[in-house]
Amino acid sequence: MTQGDNIISIQSVSKHFGPVKAVDDTSFNIKRGEFFSLLGPSGCGKTTLLRILAGFELPTSGEVTIDGQPMSTVPPHARPTNMVFQSYAIFPHLNVRENIAYGLRKRRLGKAETARIVEQALELIKMPGYGERRSDQLSGGQRQRVALARALVCQPKVLLLDEPLGALDKKLREEMQIELRQIQRTVGITFVFVTHDQEEALTLSDRIAVMSRGKVLQIDHSTRLYEAPNCREVAEFIGTMNILPGTIGEVSHGRANVAAGTHGAFEARTDGSAPRPGTPVLIAIRPEKLQMSWERPGLSVNSLAGKVGAVAYFGDRSHFYVDVEGCEKPLAVALQNGERRLDGSDLVGKPVWLSWEPDSAVLLPA
Amino acid sequence: MVRLRIDPATAYAIFFVLFLYVPVLLIPLFSFNDSTVATFPMKGFTLNGYRGMAADASLINALKNSLMVGIGVSIVSTALGLLAAMGATRYAMPGKSPVMGTIMLPLVVPSLILAIALLVILRQVFDIPLTLWTVAAGHVLVCVPFSMLVLMSRLEGFDKGLEEASNDLGENAWMTFWRVTFPIALPGIIASLLMCFTISFDEFVMAFFLSGTDQTLPVFLYSQLRFPQRLPPTLALGSSILAVSVVIVLVSEWLRRFGVQSNKPGAF
Repeated sequence: MTQGDNIISIQSVSKHFGPVKAVDDTSFNIKRGEFFSLLGPSGCGKTTLLRILAGFELPTSGEVTIDGQPMSTVPPHARPTNMVFQSYAIFPHLNVRENIAYGLRKRRLGKAETARIVEQALELIKMPGYGERRSDQLSGGQRQRVALARALVCQPKVLLLDEPLGALDKKLREEMQIELRQIQRTVGITFVFVTHDQEEALTLSDRIAVMSRGKVLQIDHSTRLYEAPNCREVAEFIGTMNILPGTIGEVSHGRANVAAGTHGAFEARTDGSAPRPGTPVLIAIRPEKLQMSWERPGLSVNSLAGKVGAVAYFGDRSHFYVDVEGCEKPLAVALQNGERRLDGSDLVGKPVWLSWEPDSAVLLPA
Repeated sequence: MVRLRIDPATAYAIFFVLFLYVPVLLIPLFSFNDSTVATFPMKGFTLNGYRGMAADASLINALKNSLMVGIGVSIVSTALGLLAAMGATRYAMPGKSPVMGTIMLPLVVPSLILAIALLVILRQVFDIPLTLWTVAAGHVLVCVPFSMLVLMSRLEGFDKGLEEASNDLGENAWMTFWRVTFPIALPGIIASLLMCFTISFDEFVMAFFLSGTDQTLPVFLYSQLRFPQRLPPTLALGSSILAVSVVIVLVSEWLRRFGVQSNKPGAF
């Protein structure tokens, strides 16, 4: 990858608030024109990192470069970034038009040109005719769009979004996600998006950095994060993951034999470097990759016995929680509700067999 | 038969309002009375008091002094109060509460004590002659805490993200103040100006101790009360001031409400 592909480069950045390491020695690059998400639970440092990019916080150590320029001495008002705030921060004393034109003063464009840009921006956010409204006459979704337009008319090299959809209800949030993605493609600006909502991150982003306790755990595409997480924390933060502890036995041809206590041994595929025999590992399987049956399945698949403990109904699918000896948490099995099932609770307490293909499981470091 | 029933709380409220305002209303009433003593029964209607007021050069001079001091004090106090309020609401700093406490102190220290202390410092320590400037300085000391309280409540209400947003949109701290902070705080600033003016205009103790040959209105009025024939112009002046004060209070209250409404966060 050449230097020109990266718009943002974060080099061993740390931010300490007293004894708290909000961001802890983090390094990664963000590519030009990509939709990049910082995902993690609240307090993981994602917002602090975004504020460091915007210039509202200075890193305790490390350096951020944006488009090749080191940023440590550049104040927020001189950075090629603009931000959409979580609270939207629409100026209450200005109307929509004046809000959107706020950042244009310095460009000295003249009235007609400013009006044209504002009109275009209103067009982009699908709010033509709303120019004279004041912020208290707008709905949450509309304020969010105005905040977006206000930032975009400044033509930033990077747009920073701090949980912009957090305050919207579910329906509106889904609409805005699609719209946000379309706008990003239209304007072609790099978006750095902070969210704690994993579904939102998975649908929107080109790449996602999963953060926890100030560290970046994994940076990858949505599919890779879901199908090939690199640690237990990522696996459990994104979707649901069933975990079986075991120990690596024989390894050959990309397959490992994993001993799992009383359940015997399971076959698993090893991604990348083969682990050494004797290392403790975790076998991780997604709920939809587990099959449930009354009879013991054939020997070509991995299988273990359990008892249905509870059923959770989600409409299109149900999760069956199967208690298995030696597992701290019951294993979740997702079944599509292909037929109308008016009651699933009659299955509770029944002994069942769970099985999965060796390729379906991921081996994670214990 | 209909019996008029008044519930005790209402009766108390009526009594309370009468007790507060009837004495005040006697002043405009007697200002039209054709007599040098303010007692009932009234003698007859006259505007002589008002004529005497307009003709009295020393009274007009005192009024001018008070207006000058009042306007200057309100501007200086509001500027200082705004800075203090911004410091108090925007920044975390060590020793913030003792500093705030020190600014608030003139609210609780009797103004007599403050006035004597200032007099001693000005005359004995620095040997500064007593002028309207010294009166204004004393008034600023008393007005700043009021101004700060009014402006703090205004500034606390608004999202700090707004100033960050302005900063993010390319404006430095100075322009952010003029384009965001100042217009949003404006109703509070006007309320503070009016309040400081009223306090200064009305203040007696500081002005009594700290004024030299140029007197402010309250000090002048006090000196006039010794002469019975000076009473009618004094009453006329009192009534005029009362009328102006009522207008100022109504305007500032209207502004405060306007401010509260425009600062209301929109419905989500």
